[in-house]
Amino acid sequence: MNWIQIGNLEDIPRQGSRVVQTNDGEIALFRSVDDKVFALNNKCPHKGGPLSQGIVHGTRVTCPLHNWVIDLETGNAVAPDVGCAHRHEVRVAHGVVFLEVKAGACKAAA
Amino acid sequence: MKTDKKTRLVVIGNGMAGIRTIEELLKMSPDEFEITVFGAEPQPNYNRILLSPVLSGEMKFQDTVLNDWSWYKDHNITLHAGKLVTKIDRKNCVVEAEGGLAIPYDRLLIATGSNPIMLPIPGINLPGVLAYRSIDDVEKMLVAAKNSKRAVVIGGGLLGLEAANGLSLQGMEVSVVHLCDWPMERQLDQVGGGLLKNELEKRGLKFYLSRQTEAILGDDKVTGLRFKGGEEIPADLVIMAAGIRPNIALAKAANIHCERGIVVNDTMQTYDPKIYSVGECVQHRGQCYGLVAPLFEQAKVAANHLAEYGRMRYEGSAVSTKLKVTGIDLFSAGDFNPGPDDEELLLQDSARGVYKKLVLRDNKLRGAVMYGDTLDGPWYFQMMRDETDVSEMREHILFGQMHIGDSGRGGASNVANMPDSAEICGCNGVSKGTIVKTILDKKLFTLEEVRAHTKASSSCGSCTGLCEAILANTLGDYSAKPSKKALCACTEHAHHDVQEAITKLKLKTIPELMKALQWKTPDGCHVCRPALNYYLMAAWPGVYQDDSRSRFINERVHANIQKDGTYSVIPRIWGGVTSPAELRAIAEIAERHEVRTVHITGGQRIGLYGISKENLPKMWGELVEAGFVSGHAYGKALRTVKTCVGSEWCRFGTQDSTAMGIKIEKMTWGSWTPHKFKIAVSGCPRNCAEATIKDFGVVCVDSGYEIHVGGNGGIKVRVTDFLCKVATEAEVLEYCGAFMQLYRESAHYMDRTAPWIERVGLAYVKQHVVEDAAGRAALYARFFESQKYSQDDPWKERAEGKDAHEYKALATV
Ligand SMILES: Cc1cc2nc3c(=O)[nH]c(=O)nc-3n(C[C@H](O)[C@H](O)[C@H](O)COP(=O)(O)OP(=O)(O)OC[C@H]3O[C@@H](n4cnc5c(N)ncnc54)[C@H](O)[C@@H]3O)c2cc1C
Ligand code: SF4
Ligand code: SF4
Ligand code: FES
Repeated sequence: MNWIQIGNLEDIPRQGSRVVQTNDGEIALFRSVDDKVFALNNKCPHKGGPLSQGIVHGTRVTCPLHNWVIDLETGNAVAPDVGCAHRHEVRVAHGVVFLEVKAGACKAAA
Repeated sequence: MKTDKKTRLVVIGNGMAGIRTIEELLKMSPDEFEITVFGAEPQPNYNRILLSPVLSGEMKFQDTVLNDWSWYKDHNITLHAGKLVTKIDRKNCVVEAEGGLAIPYDRLLIATGSNPIMLPIPGINLPGVLAYRSIDDVEKMLVAAKNSKRAVVIGGGLLGLEAANGLSLQGMEVSVVHLCDWPMERQLDQVGGGLLKNELEKRGLKFYLSRQTEAILGDDKVTGLRFKGGEEIPADLVIMAAGIRPNIALAKAANIHCERGIVVNDTMQTYDPKIYSVGECVQHRGQCYGLVAPLFEQAKVAANHLAEYGRMRYEGSAVSTKLKVTGIDLFSAGDFNPGPDDEELLLQDSARGVYKKLVLRDNKLRGAVMYGDTLDGPWYFQMMRDETDVSEMREHILFGQMHIGDSGRGGASNVANMPDSAEICGCNGVSKGTIVKTILDKKLFTLEEVRAHTKASSSCGSCTGLCEAILANTLGDYSAKPSKKALCACTEHAHHDVQEAITKLKLKTIPELMKALQWKTPDGCHVCRPALNYYLMAAWPGVYQDDSRSRFINERVHANIQKDGTYSVIPRIWGGVTSPAELRAIAEIAERHEVRTVHITGGQRIGLYGISKENLPKMWGELVEAGFVSGHAYGKALRTVKTCVGSEWCRFGTQDSTAMGIKIEKMTWGSWTPHKFKIAVSGCPRNCAEATIKDFGVVCVDSGYEIHVGGNGGIKVRVTDFLCKVATEAEVLEYCGAFMQLYRESAHYMDRTAPWIERVGLAYVKQHVVEDAAGRAALYARFFESQKYSQDDPWKERAEGKDAHEYKALATV
């Protein structure tokens, strides 16, 4: 486990997102309306749109380019679309956000 | 009644309405019910409306199955297929069925559909006499078609003609016997019915009209028919398609109040509150339905109440019909027999085989019959339900929506005859074949489903009519949307309800609104949030705090996202007039930031492309320094005011169109609107500024100014409607502000002025903006009130550090 401290929960707007730059490209951190935090590659499985720029609703984000809806918990596109924006582990402790960076994996749809 | 035990729901009828109700219910409360279904037919739930294609050989039974056996298993539903329910014991809340089954219920749903009417005439029970209702009937018909030659169909309605067509395609000689003078008299007037008859005769059907059947002849099997008056015709097979009767025997025997059907209220409850009923067996507000679209609306409401959400009401449906005979295009809706106060608009083109009739009352569409060219059916139907005032389009309305501005479809007017390769949705590149295949493979019923699965009609929406027509053609059923269309899947409320509630209930934030209107999701979705944000902003200027999280990215960061994730920057150039100093400033800024493309836009401005997000605030700061403000090229907001050089330079110019354009732009910039809003001012009727395809266009003439509204370029070019002529510049400004405000207050979010005007009618706009001077002044005043809070340059604020987090990364690792 390799947890990296990223910043404070407060730095991410509620129902919004911030980007973390890594060597393997951008990772988008999302904060839902009830303060859950998620991390996905900042790349829509459709045509690579920046998911961090989308509208966050519930535990989903809508891609700004062609409105695919991506589930933040799994990284999977919501049916009928199919695809995965790989997810990363995040943790929030005492208002500080930690991210585990590795090649992201797809969790099977629940 | 709520305990931790599940509610026992028993459903009588494994047909379209009953199962649809269960599907809706499972969506809302997947775990609360223990469900038992009885179906007299031995098959799983199938799509009854596809029996006609099965009969004609265009489909197999397998293709019509909606929910196969595993669906019941997966949802823990006990299905007793092939078991007839014999009694409802209301006292003990038990349903009894064949084979001694007795199942107790907490809630009961009766969805027994209807029975074909078997005329009480001699010979009706002879072998060779069949009804047309179930797959079992169809299989018997197919066997008969192999072994015998002559079929007679009694009843020239929708069902009868589909049966006749199917049997004829199976190689039989088919005659249709009908009481009335023309077929389908409930859907068609005499002319339309005549055209249909001719076409079907060309395909080999024979008609016996104005005939009453007196007896079916034969000793041990059918040999013929006798009409009143003595005329006889031979037959080996007789199909009864003389109508249907709600199947209410069970309910009646249990003393549930029935008239023609089982009487239900707006929540789909019978007189016994534990017992609900949906489908063809139901009578609601005196009306029984025989098409699936209304039944699906009923199913939704019944499910909502079974799940104890207690929110929706069924208020009856408007219905439209289509005949599913491949290659025949026919559409009918509403009340098409004009009364004494009605007007009739007719179009008849025998050479093309086209007939259209529209019935108007008080300038509103009441009914439509179309034959041969039905592309505009959904459009007419929509205007009927919206009660659009059509007085301004009277002259063109018969020629269809294309003639009201929907060009660019290459004259395609008959989806049935379009090749599979024809592109329907230009935005998402979806062809007719793909849509048809998806509808069939995925068993889709509604436009929403087609959108979700194919992406067709999900972008600009101009192909919505075509998609609906394809859906209608493929399913045979024109799935009527509920007359009130929900804003999105998060709510049952329509745009209009939301707008009204905001002012009536004084709702001032998105969470307040979602709570008051019982939103189904905790914080909405990408469809409703931007709409709510806009409505609140329009209703409470200065009070409502814009919610940037409910804005699309372009409006949130005040720049247009491009396909590679970079942005464009387009400063405002007032009225399209610039100066060497401004151009120099732009040139220097563009060079400093290594802008990849500099482009002159269609709105007389300069677009700078390929800017990374982090760079935006800095670049804006420099532009602001040089005297520019945001051009709002990214927003549902005032975009540009395009002008020509007018009387200042042009030898034809009648007024100073340039100066007027600048004045209008200074007044209107910064305003948020339901969709983008474009203005132009031309100095004379030569109209070099293209004012007649703008949302608001001014054409200067010697004696003043002509005002045009509701135009747009884009996918569906629409020429403006002429609003009025005014004499002074001050009036132009007032009419402009008033018109924009009316649009801001009454259009649905994401409607441009064109569809808005088509919905409310130009007469409505004239009434508020032209005829009512006090009303106009009030609109104008409200426009200014709202402008007080919206003319702060968003670029300047951001260059000074507002929302800095939007423009930089949180961390680099
Ligand atoms: C050939 C044909 C073509 C059609 N085409 C169209 C079309 O193009 N467009 C359109 O909108 N509509 C069309 N319809 C009408 C449409 O199919 C019906 O409106 C719809 O199926 C009615 O749904 P329902 O659930 O009320 O009844 P049904 O689908 O008939 O379901 C009722 C079910 O209840 C069962 N049942 C009845 N009594 C009992 C009992 N005592 N115990 C157990 N089970 C019982 C029946 O066996 C049946 O399966 C067509 C109908 C037919 C027959
Ligand atoms: S619209 Fe008329 S005034 Fe304006 S440039 Fe064209 S010809 Fe001249
Ligand atoms: S016409 Fe408009 S939407 Fe289409 S490619 Fe050009 S800029 Fe893009
Ligand atoms: S790139 Fe995300 S929807 Fe197309």
